[in-house]
Amino acid sequence: MTDITNTPAVTNEAQLGDYFALMKPRVMQLVVFTVLVGMLAAPTSVHPVVGFAAILFVAIGAGASGALNMWWDADIDAVMRRTSKRPIPAGKVEPGEALALGVALSGLSVMMLGLAANLLAAAMLAFTIFFYAVIYSMWLKRATPQNIVIGGAAGAFPPVIGWIIATGSFSVEAWLMFTLIFMWTPPHFWALALFMRSDYDDAEVPMLTVTHGRPSTRRHILAYTVLLAILAVGTGFSAIGGYIYLSVAVILNVFFLMGAYRIWQRDEVMAEVDNYLAERKFFRLSLYYLFLHFGAILLEATLRPWGLGGW
Amino acid sequence: MGIRAEHEIHGRRKGRNIGVGLMLGGFVLLVMVLTFVKITDTDFTRAPGTANPAPSAEATD
Repeated sequence: MTDITNTPAVTNEAQLGDYFALMKPRVMQLVVFTVLVGMLAAPTSVHPVVGFAAILFVAIGAGASGALNMWWDADIDAVMRRTSKRPIPAGKVEPGEALALGVALSGLSVMMLGLAANLLAAAMLAFTIFFYAVIYSMWLKRATPQNIVIGGAAGAFPPVIGWIIATGSFSVEAWLMFTLIFMWTPPHFWALALFMRSDYDDAEVPMLTVTHGRPSTRRHILAYTVLLAILAVGTGFSAIGGYIYLSVAVILNVFFLMGAYRIWQRDEVMAEVDNYLAERKFFRLSLYYLFLHFGAILLEATLRPWGLGGW
Repeated sequence: MGIRAEHEIHGRRKGRNIGVGLMLGGFVLLVMVLTFVKITDTDFTRAPGTANPAPSAEATD
């Protein structure tokens, strides 16, 4: 006699947490933070309820694009060590379920953001979801080593959306925040690709390390970090900057440049000796780098009403 | 061997259903509060697309 628990479909039945994992909660955290900073750095104030709802809907939109990405990339996720435990390759969620969840939540989040904030913010969110799910995941990721460079724009749109939620329009400051994330993404992921040695090779994803080699990747990291440092410090002189931001930016960028220079000086033999220590340190610093830059912008905006933030 | 009325799978599904129910309830509540804020914040005496009227003389006195 067959017991009901012997059927794989029943034993592997997805829990709520598995659907939540499809939405890439760690990416959602970053999105929530950068949307909040974009919204509060804007010169116009937002009603707290409207602001809360708008951020929630942007986070749901980001989660939806994450689910669509996991649906499309399930085959390569299964090959890569870093992603093999994601809900679809782990057999917890069916690919069709991820697709349905992604499409449904995309529609819901865009519609609700339009109602809660404004149509321009909703259009920008729709474009961001399209950019991440279609342009990055479907077109670029497996086709070009520039996947990370161009695809990084998807992660850079949230502060612009936050700004539009507050003001209903674009501005130079919003695009400075966009460029900060856009320029930060390539060195961040290339450092990861350097020490996650075989992952991208196994999955045949054309990362720069695979197509142009590791010495070229090291040169690219240094070049992008120099450009990023100029931009990050330059942002300090704009309307969203101030003494606090400028101090944070100068200190962080000195350390970031030193890290990139160290990576550029090394070769694979040196890196293997200490198990990619410099690359790992640079990657860890890059996480703090973005958080602290946006934290400083937030602090400037929060202190401004008391005459302390900004110039 | 008969099927028991309450299987372990039912317990797990119950947890998932309660979670979905709470999220839907939260969504309804959020839309309600958002609607209230939008209605109370909107000046319905003004024609759409026009600027806020300047404060009247009485109001500034």
